[in-house]
Amino acid sequence: MSTEQWVGLVTGILFGFLLQKGRVLRFEKQVGALLIEDMTIVKFMFSAILVGMVGIFLLSDLEMIKLSHKPMNAGGILVGGALFGAGWAIMGFCPGTSVGALGEGRWHALFAILGMIAGAAVFAELYPFFKSTVLAWKDFGKVGLSDVLGISHWVIVSVFWVLVMLLFAWFEKKKL
Amino acid sequence: MKRKTDDGGWSPYLAGALVGLLAIVSAYATTQWMGKTNYLGASTTFVRAAGIFEQKVASEHVAENEYFTKTKIKIDWQFMLVAGIFLGALISSATDKSFKAEGVPPIWKERFGPSIGKRAVGSFFGGIVAMVGARLADGCPSGHGLSGMMQLSVSSVIALAMFFIFGVLVANLVYQRRS
Repeated sequence: MSTEQWVGLVTGILFGFLLQKGRVLRFEKQVGALLIEDMTIVKFMFSAILVGMVGIFLLSDLEMIKLSHKPMNAGGILVGGALFGAGWAIMGFCPGTSVGALGEGRWHALFAILGMIAGAAVFAELYPFFKSTVLAWKDFGKVGLSDVLGISHWVIVSVFWVLVMLLFAWFEKKKL
Repeated sequence: MKRKTDDGGWSPYLAGALVGLLAIVSAYATTQWMGKTNYLGASTTFVRAAGIFEQKVASEHVAENEYFTKTKIKIDWQFMLVAGIFLGALISSATDKSFKAEGVPPIWKERFGPSIGKRAVGSFFGGIVAMVGARLADGCPSGHGLSGMMQLSVSSVIALAMFFIFGVLVANLVYQRRS
């Protein structure tokens, strides 16, 4: 295996280990969050974002890494986001957690994985159609929130921290 | 706040924060060793997996397909990352006794009964819809939800909101827990 593949594998093993320890892989947790009954996955995800964003912006300010925004393609994000949400609710897994759920014995995740591989094949066939329709509506490019708002990313990071902490406090109060 | 869950898992705040650290180290490590900052993600790997399967039966068709050509069908960093998630979850669950063979999850069973066939059909078609959506949006809860949010990308903030809004709507319609 190449260095690239080894780095990916080791990172993936650590990622999968932490996803499993946080108990966020299973259907019950994913759908539990969408039913607003159990916010475990939201706590996990936003904790990762809070810690990650500080380090990512610090390293990016020091020019040790490069930011890589995904394009703000209006049709793609809105239609794609809606379709993903709907499919996610029924499948009860997302692409990353499906393979992890299989790893912890939830073998019905296999049907979801096969469905997602089929979905990728379907998308590849329909790509020319999407490219000339949904994806052609309006593309705002690869933009960050600080570019749009015209303020320092550290201001946004600080506000984000406060808001998420309030959200966490509310979850704990409501025992979600 | 509890540090452990009832079944021996870790607090989601702790495990999540550690994933945040992993994301930082990973961004730096990929920049150093691969010459380009790579961010955690998963859904592109499903395109590559589809391409690899299709190459077995119709290699010319894959070669001619614009999206497969653009994505480059290969076992890359992210492909191994996704394979690693499987192994990491297996190691973690096998060593803390939380590994459990499950064919039909409880919330699903309560609504649709114990049929594995129904669960398989639901998962499969849900998977198709979700992946078409993830490719249109150019990311999933890993690529947009974690990596994009960490960089405060406009696309990721909106994509994550859409994932949850439509996820909540459809989950409440489908599982009808409040009736």
